[in-house]
Amino acid sequence: MTSVAATFLILCPMAAAALLLLVPASNGRLIRAVALLGAALTLPVSIWMCATYDRSLGGYQFGFKAPWIPELGVSFHVAADGISVVLVLLTSIIITAGVFASWGLQNRTKEFLALLLFLVSGVFGVFLARDLFFLFLFYEIAVLPMYLLIGVWGTSSQGRTKEYSAMKLTLMLMAGSALILVAILAIYFQGGQTFDMDDLARNGVPAQAQNLIFLAIYVGFGILAGIWPLHTWSPDGHASAPTAVSMLHAGVLMKLGAYGVLRLGLEIVPNGFAEWSYVMAIIATINILYGALCAMGQTDLKYIVAYSSVSHMGVVMLGIASGNSTGINGSVMQMVSHGLMTGLFFAVVGLVYERSHTRDVLKMGGFAKAMPGVAVCLTVGGFASFGLPATSGFIAEFLCFYGMWLAHPWLALLSVFGIVLTAFYVLRALQRIFLGESRVENYPDLRDARSTEWVAITSLAALLIVLGCWPKPVVDTIGSALPKQVSSRSVAASASGMSAHALASLSSPDEPAERIRVLRQPVGAADGRSGRTGLRADAQNERVLVK
Amino acid sequence: MIYQFAQANLVWLIPGLPLLGFLFHAFLGKRMGKSVVGGIATAVVFASFAISVYVLMGLMSHPEELRRAQVSLLPGSDLTPWIEIGAFKVNYGALIDPLSMLMCLIITGVGGLIHLYAVGYMAQDKDFSRFFTYLNLFIFFMLTLVLGDNLLLMFVGWEGVGLCSYLLISFWFEDTENSKAGNKAFIVNRIGDVGFALGVMAVFATFGTLTYHTPQGSGFLDLAAKGIAPAIATAIGLLLFVGACGKSAQFPLHVWLPDAMAGPTPVSALIHAATMVTAGVVMITRVSPIIVQSPIAMTVIAVVGLFTAVFAATIALTQNDIKKVLAYSTVSQLGFMFLGCGVGAFSAGMFHVTTHAFFKALLFLGAGSVIHALSGEQDMRKMGGLAKRIPITYWTMVIGWLAICGVPPFAGFWSKDEILGLASGAPSWGVVYYVVGLATAVMTAFYMTRLMYKTFWTKQRFVEAGHDAHGHGDHADTEPDAGHGHGHGVHESPPKMWIPLAVLAVLSAIGGLIGTPWANKFEHFLEPSIAKHEAHHLFAPNIGLLIGVFAAAAGILLGRALYSKKMETGELLTAEEKAKNPLYQGSANLWYIDGWAYRTFVIWGGGFATAVWQWIDKILIDGMVNAVAAVIGFTSELFRRVQTGYIRAYAMSMLVGVVLVVAGLLLGSLGKH
Repeated sequence: MTSVAATFLILCPMAAAALLLLVPASNGRLIRAVALLGAALTLPVSIWMCATYDRSLGGYQFGFKAPWIPELGVSFHVAADGISVVLVLLTSIIITAGVFASWGLQNRTKEFLALLLFLVSGVFGVFLARDLFFLFLFYEIAVLPMYLLIGVWGTSSQGRTKEYSAMKLTLMLMAGSALILVAILAIYFQGGQTFDMDDLARNGVPAQAQNLIFLAIYVGFGILAGIWPLHTWSPDGHASAPTAVSMLHAGVLMKLGAYGVLRLGLEIVPNGFAEWSYVMAIIATINILYGALCAMGQTDLKYIVAYSSVSHMGVVMLGIASGNSTGINGSVMQMVSHGLMTGLFFAVVGLVYERSHTRDVLKMGGFAKAMPGVAVCLTVGGFASFGLPATSGFIAEFLCFYGMWLAHPWLALLSVFGIVLTAFYVLRALQRIFLGESRVENYPDLRDARSTEWVAITSLAALLIVLGCWPKPVVDTIGSALPKQVSSRSVAASASGMSAHALASLSSPDEPAERIRVLRQPVGAADGRSGRTGLRADAQNERVLVK
Repeated sequence: MIYQFAQANLVWLIPGLPLLGFLFHAFLGKRMGKSVVGGIATAVVFASFAISVYVLMGLMSHPEELRRAQVSLLPGSDLTPWIEIGAFKVNYGALIDPLSMLMCLIITGVGGLIHLYAVGYMAQDKDFSRFFTYLNLFIFFMLTLVLGDNLLLMFVGWEGVGLCSYLLISFWFEDTENSKAGNKAFIVNRIGDVGFALGVMAVFATFGTLTYHTPQGSGFLDLAAKGIAPAIATAIGLLLFVGACGKSAQFPLHVWLPDAMAGPTPVSALIHAATMVTAGVVMITRVSPIIVQSPIAMTVIAVVGLFTAVFAATIALTQNDIKKVLAYSTVSQLGFMFLGCGVGAFSAGMFHVTTHAFFKALLFLGAGSVIHALSGEQDMRKMGGLAKRIPITYWTMVIGWLAICGVPPFAGFWSKDEILGLASGAPSWGVVYYVVGLATAVMTAFYMTRLMYKTFWTKQRFVEAGHDAHGHGDHADTEPDAGHGHGHGVHESPPKMWIPLAVLAVLSAIGGLIGTPWANKFEHFLEPSIAKHEAHHLFAPNIGLLIGVFAAAAGILLGRALYSKKMETGELLTAEEKAKNPLYQGSANLWYIDGWAYRTFVIWGGGFATAVWQWIDKILIDGMVNAVAAVIGFTSELFRRVQTGYIRAYAMSMLVGVVLVVAGLLLGSLGKH
């Protein structure tokens, strides 16, 4: 079971997609059943992976490796560490909820669901691949169906046609893919002609080559993560896409970008990562504030959510850019939290749109009367999105900001203002939809969620709260992939005359630099136990890292 | 320090019971009758009160230096971590010490009374169970705020009470104004939260822990007490104080509190007077070991507090909405509390928190009773002559009035005077603090006397509701509970409402006697929780008391002298005089701050956001993206022409190519020779 699990996750939705092609298009019930099976079967498996993942051991588990093209150093190699299992679980949750959310779809259901499942196979593949060749392959599988899903099943709005959105999204992401391909080939040739990530991580890529390689990785994957100013595919794409696709795309796909930067950056080209981390941090800060500002200017519900995704992905990238365990843990937590909340947002938006046939918040009002349950769920999601304590958003954002505080305090200082702006647009949107003078009578079809919709939105909302109150399982799992943090800070503090040191941590410009220098040391040299060190910045380094 | 005591295993019930109440109402409330919901909601809070008393007795049975315990907030377990990432560890733990227990008593005691009152006040509301769902949730978060054994748990409570405040301000959400006031409250608080969050990070970055105290003395307050650099103390102190300014409505973040009065009156009493708004004072007092090490932070706190006190008092002078007067008075009194903290008189500040909770809750509930009697009317210009009509409300309000004015022996006298007395001895600005503070006290006495005249003593100015049931349509919308279902005409409130008034009146009358300068039991009680700091009087306390009495008398007598001549109208100035008087206009228009902030941040800020989106996102970035696409499209269009599909064209181009290649080779070989 252990060695099969990862492969099963990748193949299960793909097999369901293939099976769907054999089902006659007229048999709607069977189509939905097969699709649900393909999606929902991944759920117990990924839960099982999370539950049995040995956190005390850490590192990569559930490994499976089979030679593919030995001459080129390609092998089908999958494995999961703490970060992967968490993100895999998120993917299972979102795709299951997504299938539920597209239950009522009538137009070419078969093809739609087949493409959706095919896409999810790719997502699982990226999170689990330990071979760059397959990582890239899966990445393309995850990204390409989006063109059809938006172009065929999407909706046009605000003078932007769905074809425009689909084309823009595809072209921008393809440009990113080109950069990723270049980076992967460079890694291949610089890193000893192998695609295997374990080997690459162990052998390392020559330091002088890492700068450019990481830049290509950052920009290439970053486009999918919505880094400023290459984010503009995302609002149009999300707004045009049908509900399930938006859920999957904002909920999971954007994380692929961040995951790529995190995984390849820290594991294979850490020196390049360290070199560019300051730039990444600045761009992430821009993302947070700029995305929130743009969201403030929107009245189309989907655009609000889409720009909030740009802002929240900024938080993810901020955590990654901090380069320390706290920040990275927070960033993965934020991926999970944001995945759940955006899934919830788009599900609710779809639901409201289906009943009111409008997405313009200015035309809404007092909906809480007609749909109190939906109002509660969206409010929970909204409050999670600006990081209210007792929701997962708080843990995630706090850790990201704190990680950044350790690296570059002034950027933390700036980016924290994102929570004010976020509160602003979230509260205003909630107020315009649900509160105020009732316009319910204009919308005769308005009613609360029903059976499957209930399951989808309440479970997502409940997860946000549960993870906020009890983040331990997730945080520990993520943490097992990261080097243990040993803080000498408390020791320093207890030696009462600690002023100089503590002051440095508040304001000194050279300490972050010191941290990066540590990261830049040749990795893998100190520690041969490759199975144990998820992100290659080994425990010894980390100890200096937080000094 | 004690870490085991018999009552500790009950501590989790203090916040736990209101949480259970919340869950009960949230899931079952709608199916239950109002008496069940109201009964359970009130009972859990009083039960928490009883347990708090019991735990406090356990704590007090220990000698003074041992009155501090760290216990688990989860039943039947040792300290359990909430977040643990490497060294970053935060527990579900409670710190039991005099400060946290004092707040527990206030929250559950005054809170329980207000719950009882609300059962009567909200009796006719269709969303009765939703109201108590929020109210119990509020009590839970407020208790978490004061009980948590670390700054992050305080932050949880801090945000949680903000959430409840938001939900309760916009409780009658059909009125857009209410939900806008809720948004304003939350967003302004959010600015403060940025400061708080950064302060928390600064504390962790400095000390490596967020826990206040531990048995080993490794909590950050333990470490700070050994001495830290002033620069760090200043940074942490000021960041946290920004947070305190938000929650406790200090200038310039005070703008949300008066608008928050859009919520039902019991909410104004509980959240926006007695408990939540004092959270900032509690927080500053909690971290007093850090604050006292930064003279800069202390001065900033004192000056901001003093300025807010006098500034809000000037606004309270001219407000016509009875709740707005009380709201600005709350802002002003909170300023006094911070003045106390800023001069190192933390226990005096907390003393004022306590007495203020009594008399301000009383005044708000009394005002609620007045509003209730008048079927939703809040405008004092349409009141008057109520003294005889609602005698119980009237007499309890009189006690509240005497307490806030600072008339001995009522509660406010002792606490306000202690703050002013200790402020006078502050090293640098003592005299200024004292004089301005005293002037504010006079103003306080004056505007409260004005309130009493306008509401109770002047001639009746309202039309009997019996003939005009729909005349107060506007207010019936905002306070539907009070507007519907009652018999018409002015009426005294039911016992559920006046019993809390009576209890609070007793507390407002004698509650201050625990902190007289001759036998200050209160200060002694709080000593274990508060950093030692030298604060002293400029002159003998007895002289200070005497001056305090004169100040109160001056304000009251001035009010009497002016208003007793205008018993018919209750107005000192005519409409034209008001229009011409810039001072009056400034005060009545809140010194133009709200309007300015609205224009700057909401209108211009919104415009800025839209402009950023329009110009940068759509025109600049998208323009470039589209331009790239267009260039590619254009070039491919060019190259498309080459692929005509005619063999002869391809043959021709091949020929040209061959000729070029051959020519190139020839030229190349020529060049070599």
